[in-house]
Amino acid sequence: MQFVIYLTFATLSLAMILIFIRLILGPTLPDRVVALELLASVIVAMIGAYAIYTDTASFIDVAIVAALTAFLAAIGFARFLERGGPRDD
Amino acid sequence: MIEWIIKFLMLTSSIFILLAAIGVLRLPDLLTRMHASTKAGALGITLMMIAASFHFFDTVVMAKSLAVIIFILITAPIAAHAIGRAGYFVGVPVWSKTVKDELINCYDPDSHRLLSGLETEEELEIYRQNLDYKPRIRVTRREKND
Repeated sequence: MQFVIYLTFATLSLAMILIFIRLILGPTLPDRVVALELLASVIVAMIGAYAIYTDTASFIDVAIVAALTAFLAAIGFARFLERGGPRDD
Repeated sequence: MIEWIIKFLMLTSSIFILLAAIGVLRLPDLLTRMHASTKAGALGITLMMIAASFHFFDTVVMAKSLAVIIFILITAPIAAHAIGRAGYFVGVPVWSKTVKDELINCYDPDSHRLLSGLETEEELEIYRQNLDYKPRIRVTRREKND
């Protein structure tokens, strides 16, 4: 069980590194927003894995809050882009 | 038995999320990147939450993880729609091998109007007359008092 959990963490961390590369490269601002949203998804999954790892059920609440803030951030960014705020890619 | 199910779900979840990350890194433009990230990411979170609910096997935790799953499945398409719409209208370049773009020349960035392409002549005439009117979400209009 331990080995599988470590493997899960390693895979998720690799995914995080790849998303960070896209976050730095991303030619336009919407690309970076997509990368940030997927990064929030990785964080939610990582919190779930950590809840299993530490056998603490309270971390599921943290996952709920993380998903909520990620959704609000994505909607806010989209609204900001569509309303035409000042932009410097 | 149930431990093997948890192991399988965790590994599948992490592999799906890794696939989403590879897709975000490798695919050519914004829409295809979103196509990779939204669906695979939502499936990854879903599988991880099912694994957590199997691991704890408690009614409260199951309800919470089910809430996370339903929340993700509702909000992921909405967020992707909002970002994709905003990105298209901002003018993010589309991949050069894109086969079909039905909204091309239908959006006016100055007046924020989106034409459907099926307007009659009368509607187009009304549209041309009202070009300077910008519909926004909050329009503050002041009544003219002499």
